[in-house]
Amino acid sequence: MASLVDKTAASGVLPGLRGLPFVLVLIAIAAVIFATGRWLGSSYAFFVGYVVLQYIVLGTAWNILGGYTGYVNFGVTAFFAIGAYSTVVLNKLVPAMPLPVMILIGGAMAGLVGLGTGYLTLRLRGVFFSIATLALAVVVQTLITNWDFVGGARGAYVLRPRIAPLIGGEYVQYLFLIMLGLCVIVLATARAIERSALGYGFAAIRDDEAAAEASGVPTLRLKLIATGLSGGFMGMAGAPLPFYVTYLDPASGFSLNYAVNAIAMPLIGGTSSWLGPVVGAILVGGLQEYLRVTISSAVNVLVAGVLMVAFVILAPQGIVGLFQRKKR
Amino acid sequence: MDASLDLLLNALISGLLLGGFYAAVSIGVAISFGLLDVVNIAHPAFILLGSYVAFLGNTVLGIDPILAALIAMPAFYFLGMLAYQVYYVAFERRDDQSLRGLSFFFGLLFITEVALVLVFGVDYRTVQARYIGATISLGLFDLPLRLLVPFLVSMAMVTVLQLFLSRTFIGRAIQAVAQDQLALRLMAANPIKIKRIAFGLSIATASLAGAFLIIIQPVEPSIGREYIGRVFAICVLGGLGSFPGMVIAAMTLGIAESLTATFFGPSWAPAVAFGILLVTLAVRPSGILGR
Repeated sequence: MASLVDKTAASGVLPGLRGLPFVLVLIAIAAVIFATGRWLGSSYAFFVGYVVLQYIVLGTAWNILGGYTGYVNFGVTAFFAIGAYSTVVLNKLVPAMPLPVMILIGGAMAGLVGLGTGYLTLRLRGVFFSIATLALAVVVQTLITNWDFVGGARGAYVLRPRIAPLIGGEYVQYLFLIMLGLCVIVLATARAIERSALGYGFAAIRDDEAAAEASGVPTLRLKLIATGLSGGFMGMAGAPLPFYVTYLDPASGFSLNYAVNAIAMPLIGGTSSWLGPVVGAILVGGLQEYLRVTISSAVNVLVAGVLMVAFVILAPQGIVGLFQRKKR
Repeated sequence: MDASLDLLLNALISGLLLGGFYAAVSIGVAISFGLLDVVNIAHPAFILLGSYVAFLGNTVLGIDPILAALIAMPAFYFLGMLAYQVYYVAFERRDDQSLRGLSFFFGLLFITEVALVLVFGVDYRTVQARYIGATISLGLFDLPLRLLVPFLVSMAMVTVLQLFLSRTFIGRAIQAVAQDQLALRLMAANPIKIKRIAFGLSIATASLAGAFLIIIQPVEPSIGREYIGRVFAICVLGGLGSFPGMVIAAMTLGIAESLTATFFGPSWAPAVAFGILLVTLAVRPSGILGR
């Protein structure tokens, strides 16, 4: 108990400094990855790498709410697509707007939707929130399908610039770099949450919400923070998507694959720490790409679902949990 | 004025009939979620499975889709018992229903959908029966048999299940299991066995609901998702575990969707369920006939 209090106090006093070495290491790793990609010079590597990075962001974002507080968000596609479609809108209105600004706006939109949904349903039992998010995905898809400005059911074309700004080379390298930057931000945030009073509050909600409420944890406010952050990061992960795919229609933007992958990867990797979603995304993302190339694209989407069901039944703590148990 | 009144009347009638079908779709969740507290979000996937069984029975064997569903019901019952057994051993016994139990059903939903795509492809499938396409005209309004037949069979199913729950020992035990498991043990009934039977029943209803679905509209593997919002909106609005409440809620949603489709266009209809769900959760979470 004493160590717990110490930790909370320390993180309260020096929140920035404690996480700084970690952020520097992350940036160094990201730089090495990008330099290696440049040295390889293969655009295939960038295209595949982008998808894995996107799932690291999505999985970590899901885990901030799902893994830390125990509230299951099934509407990942809604938040992801809000980010993607806000880019479509912004690109049509202000073609010169730089991508990072679009990502910020897309993230803010998705975060606000998360806050709204959470505000209406998070006072109730957790399952109602989960059901509401499932329905939210259908409703946002209905809205987008009926909105002609973004192409409606026909979809929208987005012109991908040929040359990457600032760094030169193909544009996909720029997209990759942006997603790498998002990864650093999201992982640093997730780890900072884990080691702060906020993280202990989240864990208290997950373990016993009534007891947490009784001991003075502001549960509703904490849940709303988690929902807003989680939704916002999902929107940010989706914002660069139109430039990656160049053609976006509701059926592909709201594909259930995104939701299943974003939920499966943390559950497979382990939900208790920031490392879990990373392990899960690299493993499952890599396996899916391998299967897509060697067998077929229909089988590769099945993998995430089957692995997720197998892991929740057989190894509820995920891969990271298996290793932690061995260490003890 | 006369034309729009006519339109309104027909929208009301078809909404009411659609609501009868929604009751069949939702009754399985009313049992699993309302009575057993098992949040089976994969229920629409089982319904879709029922649609494809009816499709196979109709195209391969040439029998009526509803008859095919009735024949397949025992298989669905055992499938449900199996699913509950896995759920009980892996999640309920470990007291880990919320995060991983929900993800388990979400995984089932996804796997079923992808498996159906792999087997049947993404083309829309339909069935043949004499009542599909025929209408009874009653002067002011029309009764499409395509909607009327599922409505009648659905109401019969709801009535039979309501009688079963209130008149038989097992039925009463199912109603008791969510309230007091210890008392049930003292009555010499094993709660796990009772829950297994009830969950089997809830999946068995998906067989019939699936047949109704493919009678009413062409079916492809991903439409199951549209029904998640509907089913849970109906169950929450009706008050969890109350069949009469569920039927009223189903008809309300059917009429609301039918009016929306008539006056705003069919592509807006899926949003209605979500609106009803959110408003109910925000204003009266216990539903209209909640306990």
